[in-house]
Amino acid sequence: MSFIRQYLSDVISGVKSLLTGMRLTGKYFIKHKETNITQQYPDNRQELFAGLPDRFRGEVVMSHDDNNEHACTGCTACELACPNGTIKIVTKFDMTPEGKKKKAIDKFVYHLELCTMCNLCIEACPTSAIKMAQNFEHSVFDRRDLTKVLNKPGSKVREGVE
Amino acid sequence: MFSLENITNLVSTWLYANLDPTWALVVQFVIVGVLVISLFSILGLVLIMMERRVAAWMQLRLGPNRVGPRGYFQTVADTLKLIVKEGMTPDGADKFLFNLAPFIVMIVSMVIMAPLMFAKGFQIWDVNIGVFFITAVSSVSVIGILMAGWASNNKYSLLGAMRSGAQIVSYELSAGLAILTIVVFSGSLQVSTIVESQADGWWLLKGHVPAVISFVIFIIAVTAETNRAPFDLAEAESELTAGFHTEYSGMKFALFFLAEYVNIFVVCAVGATLYLGGWMPFHIGNWTSFNQVMDYIPSSAWFFGKTFFLIFVIMWFRWTFPRLRIDQLLNLEWKYLLPISLFNLLLATVIAIMGLHF
Ligand code: SF4
Ligand code: SF4
Repeated sequence: MSFIRQYLSDVISGVKSLLTGMRLTGKYFIKHKETNITQQYPDNRQELFAGLPDRFRGEVVMSHDDNNEHACTGCTACELACPNGTIKIVTKFDMTPEGKKKKAIDKFVYHLELCTMCNLCIEACPTSAIKMAQNFEHSVFDRRDLTKVLNKPGSKVREGVE
Repeated sequence: MFSLENITNLVSTWLYANLDPTWALVVQFVIVGVLVISLFSILGLVLIMMERRVAAWMQLRLGPNRVGPRGYFQTVADTLKLIVKEGMTPDGADKFLFNLAPFIVMIVSMVIMAPLMFAKGFQIWDVNIGVFFITAVSSVSVIGILMAGWASNNKYSLLGAMRSGAQIVSYELSAGLAILTIVVFSGSLQVSTIVESQADGWWLLKGHVPAVISFVIFIIAVTAETNRAPFDLAEAESELTAGFHTEYSGMKFALFFLAEYVNIFVVCAVGATLYLGGWMPFHIGNWTSFNQVMDYIPSSAWFFGKTFFLIFVIMWFRWTFPRLRIDQLLNLEWKYLLPISLFNLLLATVIAIMGLHF
C-alpha cells in the first residue's frame, strides 16, 4: 500500500513542479512587454551610456581626485586576490620629507583582456582605491591597447591613506 | 456565412458536370496535392515564426526583429537561404538511403493529413478507420529517421536515430491508448463520426476524469513522438551536435525541419479533433441562443484555433522544461504513462458501458 502511495505522490509532485515552471514562463509570455530585460543594443546605445544598473561591471578603474591623487598604497592585495593574474603592481620607493623610504606604486598594470569582472580585487582593496566602471565597448584593433596603466601619470597617493 | 464545404461542393459538381468521372477524380487529386503542398509551406513559415516568437517572449527576449516589419519576414529569408544552399551528400554515406530519408519523413507527414477534418465537410479522405490510420502511418516516420541516422555513417547521427527509435516505439503505446479512450467513448474510428459525437460538448468536458487524464497523456506522448523538447533526445544539440540530421544541409535539412513542424501541426490537429471537438463550435447543453452565437464563427476558425492553441501548449513545454535523460524518458513511459493509461482505459470503458458520460 505504501508503494502505491509513494507512486501517486511522485506523480502528483512531478506534475505540480512542472506546472510551477509553466506558470513562470506563461507569465513571461503574457507580460512580455514588462518582463523583457534584453537591451536592444545598439539601437539604444545612448540610453545605455546614460545609465546602466549600479551592479553592472564594465572595467576596473582607479579613482583620482582633483589633485591627481589616488588611494592606492601598493599593498598588492588586489593582485593576490585576482584569480587570473589580471593585475600587476609595480612598486617603487618614494622619499618622504623626513628622509625615510616609503613604498608606493609606480604602475598599476591592468590586463583588461584577462579580466572576468569578478569583482574580487575591489572587495580585497583595503582603501577602496579601485572600483568598477560602467563602460562596455571594449573592442580595439590592437590587443596591446587592452593593457592599461590605471594610475594616471604624475599621480601620487593621497595624504593620510595608509 | 463563410463555409469551405460550399466551395468544395461547387468545385466537385462543376468537375463532374464537365469532365468524365475518371478525369474529374484526377483533377481532384491534383487540386488536393497542390493544397496539401501549399499548406505545408505556409505551415512551415507560420509555425517557425510562431516558435521563435514564443521562445523569445518566454526567455525575456524580442525574437527576430531585423527582416521586414518587426522581423516577420525572417522565416521567408531563412527559407530562401536554405533553397539556394548546396545539399551535400557526404562521401562515406549510403547515398541512396541518405537522399531518400528526408522524403520518407516528409511523405509520412503529408499522408497523415488525409483523414484530418479541417472544417465542416472539408476533408481529404473520410476513411472509416481514420484514427487508426493516423496512428499506424505516423509510426512510419521513425523508419525515415533511422534511415537518415544509419545512412549518414556518423556516430552522432546513428546514436540520435537509435534514441529516436526507442522513444517513438515506446511512446506510440501510450499515445495509442490515449486515443483509444476517446474511441471507446465515441464508439467509432471515423474522424467525422468522432467530431459529430461532440456536438453537445467536447469529450474533454463530458468524458469525466478519464478524458482529462488521457488528454494529458496524449499531449505528453505526442510531444515525445514528434521529438520535441523536453524529449528531443534524437537531436540533443548539446550532446549529439544535431542528432540524426547532423550531415544534412540545404533543402534536405529543410525537409526534416519542415516535417517536424508539420508533424506538430498534425498531432495537435488530432488532439483537437479527439478532445476539443475538431471543427465543432463550443456548445453548452441546451443554451440555444449561446450555441447559435457560437455557430456564427466559421468551423475552420474553430479547428485552426484549437489546433494552434495545442501547438502553443507544446511550444510552452519546449521553452520551459529541461531535456530528459534517455533512462528518465523510458522510465516515464514504462513506469508511469503506460500503467496509468491502461488503468485509465479500463475506467473509460466502465464509464462508457454504464453510459455515465453526458
Ligand atoms: S575583476 Fe576579477 S579578474 Fe578582474 S582584475 Fe579584479 S579580481 Fe582580477
Ligand atoms: S588597489 Fe587597493 S588592493 Fe590594490 S594595491 Fe592598491 S591599495 Fe592595495
